[in-house]
Amino acid sequence: MTWVLIAATTMACVLAGGGAFTARAADPIKIGFGMALTGGLAGNGQGALLAMQIWKDDVNKAGGLLGRPVELVYYDDQTNPSTVPGLYTKLLDVDKVDFVVSGYGTNLIAPAMPLVMERKLLFMGLFGLGNNEKYKYSRYFQISPGGPHPTRSFSEGFFELAAKQNPRPKTVALVGDDAEFPQNALVGAREHVKRLGFQTVYDKTYPPNTVDYTPIARAIKATNADIVFVASYPPGSTGMILAAQEVGLEPKMFGGGMVGLHFTSLLTKLGPKLNGIVDYGFWVPEPTMKFPGIEAFLQKYQPAAVKANVDPLGFYLPPWAYANMQVLGKAIEATKGLDQQKLADYIHANEFDTIVGKVKFGADGEWAKDRTVAIQFQGIKGNDVEQFKHPGRQVVLYPDQYKSGNLIYPYAAARK
Amino acid sequence: MARMGRALLVGGAVIAAGILFASLKLNPYVYFAGYVILQYVVIATAWNILGGYGGYVNFGTPAFFAMGAYTAVFLILSLRPPLFVLIVAGGLVAALLGLGIGYLTLRLRGVFFSIATLALSVVLQTIIVNWEFVGGSRGLSVIRPSEPPFGSYVKFLFAVMVALAVLSVLAARFIEQSWIGRGLAALRDNEEAAECMGVPTLRLKLFATTVSGFLLGVAGAPFPYYVTFIEPNSAFALDYAVNALAMPMIGGTTSWVGPVLGAVLLGSAQQVAIVTISSEMNLFIVGVVLVAFVVLAPEGILGLLRRLRGH
Amino acid sequence: MFSWELLANAVVAGLLLGGFYAAVSLGIGLIFGLLDIANIAQPAFLVAGAYGSFVLNEAWGVDPIVTGVLLTPVFYLIGAGVYRVYYGSFERRGEESLRGLVFFFGLLFIIEVSLSLKYGVDYRLVQAEYIGRSIEVAGVGVAFRLLIPAVIGVAMTAALYLFLGRTFYGRAIMAVSQDQAALRLMGADPVKIKTIAFGIGIAAASLAGALLITITPVVPSSDREYIGRMFAITVLGGMGSIGGTLVAGVILGVSESLMATFFGPSWAPAVSFGILLLVLAVRPAGLFGR
Repeated sequence: MTWVLIAATTMACVLAGGGAFTARAADPIKIGFGMALTGGLAGNGQGALLAMQIWKDDVNKAGGLLGRPVELVYYDDQTNPSTVPGLYTKLLDVDKVDFVVSGYGTNLIAPAMPLVMERKLLFMGLFGLGNNEKYKYSRYFQISPGGPHPTRSFSEGFFELAAKQNPRPKTVALVGDDAEFPQNALVGAREHVKRLGFQTVYDKTYPPNTVDYTPIARAIKATNADIVFVASYPPGSTGMILAAQEVGLEPKMFGGGMVGLHFTSLLTKLGPKLNGIVDYGFWVPEPTMKFPGIEAFLQKYQPAAVKANVDPLGFYLPPWAYANMQVLGKAIEATKGLDQQKLADYIHANEFDTIVGKVKFGADGEWAKDRTVAIQFQGIKGNDVEQFKHPGRQVVLYPDQYKSGNLIYPYAAARK
Repeated sequence: MARMGRALLVGGAVIAAGILFASLKLNPYVYFAGYVILQYVVIATAWNILGGYGGYVNFGTPAFFAMGAYTAVFLILSLRPPLFVLIVAGGLVAALLGLGIGYLTLRLRGVFFSIATLALSVVLQTIIVNWEFVGGSRGLSVIRPSEPPFGSYVKFLFAVMVALAVLSVLAARFIEQSWIGRGLAALRDNEEAAECMGVPTLRLKLFATTVSGFLLGVAGAPFPYYVTFIEPNSAFALDYAVNALAMPMIGGTTSWVGPVLGAVLLGSAQQVAIVTISSEMNLFIVGVVLVAFVVLAPEGILGLLRRLRGH
Repeated sequence: MFSWELLANAVVAGLLLGGFYAAVSLGIGLIFGLLDIANIAQPAFLVAGAYGSFVLNEAWGVDPIVTGVLLTPVFYLIGAGVYRVYYGSFERRGEESLRGLVFFFGLLFIIEVSLSLKYGVDYRLVQAEYIGRSIEVAGVGVAFRLLIPAVIGVAMTAALYLFLGRTFYGRAIMAVSQDQAALRLMGADPVKIKTIAFGIGIAAASLAGALLITITPVVPSSDREYIGRMFAITVLGGMGSIGGTLVAGVILGVSESLMATFFGPSWAPAVSFGILLLVLAVRPAGLFGR
């Protein structure tokens, strides 16, 4: 049902675009990929697909790439890595696409790597963690603000902020889901804790299907930790926040790498309960992050998202999916061709202007510099969604380059 | 015995055909899709040995499959033995698992065996998630060996899977036509009566759970090399549980032909669905077809064919 | 780090969780424990009930528990319908075991995937006044989010117990589980009785679903986490014992809670099912089984 709506919306946009898209006999440039449209990551995957389609429409409205229209060929990978080899083989050998880009997330990128390497293809990855570590493939590029050391960047801001406080907090409690992203975030967190000289008083994980988080919150409260760092997927994020309130867990700093707190459904449901939490962020509507084109993108994305029954704010993944395609598109235009090697060289050598800012890639395809920010939820009142579209609710605290406000410390002060 | 000889010949011919097929330069997609379908032939046949012949419903197929896969991963990370060793090892570990579960629920009714298999999946997945060496919850990438026969590792896996499918079907056929099969059928129809008649029900049960487990593990062992990335959610996917049930049910549970038929039909349909309609609908359709068959045509397609021929 | 306060809190949290688990397992205790129908689809009805509660709560702001109660007649009818199909296709022909199990498994899938297609895979929560609040009782913090479902769970158990023991239909259900022929001789229609029982079992699941979404966010695949828990509790408690379900639910809740508090939560699920496997090996009749 959903993809019917997305397809219909896209059609409407294209038709409304008017005369730019003339019915030429020109051969389209086909870009193929698998995307998580069902299964665990579908919430984000569907948003990413929508963003990529908006990119395609924008490009086609402006005359296409190298004068040829762009066509997206995609299949649902069901958030199941075992579908990926088959899907990408079909894309390449049956649908004969010119380029492949990845689906969403480490687990869905990994199975495609041997395939693209075998055929020496350029491969743009979306939000993958360390996919190129084992392979060191030179034509792989990854869009995620994690930078060269993504496991560290998720929690860097959090701990740096903690270290700056006076009096300096001493003890840390670490907790997280037994799952990919949280485990990675915790690895990075432990490095920061060691580097900055904090003392760990609790370091445990919980299974992803935990029902009740109150024992965990209570155990942490009993340690009297100054800082509590939680790395979680949405159920854990919600569970820990609610449990912390119920047991009266109020450390001096609370938050961490909590996924889901950027999704509309949780933002609105938790509302003021989020105040004071320090989380990682990729893009938020703060004045310091008004990159060229981001507003225009959101204006197109948000109404389409509502129609397609996808997360309507679109701050988390969609801008990056769009930027990913921007890099590819600009490289194609710049090299005036579809040669995979030339494109890879070009992307390595240049900096790109995208809707998420200037992007430059490092040697292994990761971003040369990370841009994960640390935000604090402040001033949320009530549960309506409109307030989140304006600045001031997700204030950027780190790094200084994007800082848009000050940390309210300790945590208890933000909850008043 | 002549029948056995003939069956072996046919089996051998099929394997040879498979090898020939793999050496052709067909569209690579055929091999990827074909591998999955053949894998399901093994899974469906394995399940049916216990479920169709013996009447013991195994809901924990993912546990056995994943054990085969993770045993292979463990060996790949430590010793890097050849594929043949991985397959045998995966099968043996899963066989032990089958033996264990069989033994645990030996004197209980069939329904408790089914519940135990459900619990088994959860326990095993929790253990794997906590085992960092094989990737834990984060999973890990598996690098395929270089210099594969046929030029591409997936083509090689395809040929291997043809062989495994033939072997499992031959095993099922052998069991079905031997005294073991007759004993299992007696067990399925009425366990108490069978015991009274002197059928060694306990030993048959253990035999069936072990063999079924072995074959499921064998199906799972090449999986890490196929996907090149292993993580618990996809290794323990509920898809395996539902398909392992649906394919024999749709094909027909009383003969070795049924699971093969079901696997080929349903497997192909799913491969087509993955690249055409939205994939969660695919699962919905499997559920509906399964329920429809179970309610309306409980003997599967084979049963329908039999009825048609009878009229 | 051990402290009496931590222990007390862990135990209390476990007790509350246990009350909730009992509510979750009542339906299957009735359907599987008494009617001997292995309804693997029960957890899907649990999640469907949770979604029903979500829809009503989201649309009209009705308190989740109230929505649960309001929806029970709807689910009762659905349950009755499902049983009729099951009876007509399997029980009447005497072929329950294999095919019946497969039927329910297919049903589980259909329900889960339908929910996923209709509502997507985002986590769904409900809003209620008391979610997030707690009270202190003798040094132990008690969250309303857990307390209210636990109380309802105990109430449901008591209600079902009394129903089975004191009312005509309740006793007929007990009778049908023990001796169908005798029941027929007494003029009652076993099929009708079983339909009622199955309907009640599904209705119980839907009410438990409302409790579930009060405690934690829900996605369509949440049912898989409960398949094992439900059967573990029913088997541990003993087939046919409603009181046993409550006791088993509490045991499971407390053991999960203690595990999570003192040893780290990552092993909690394995512990729960370890209990199940142990019970099956040692005393398959369960604690209070017949």
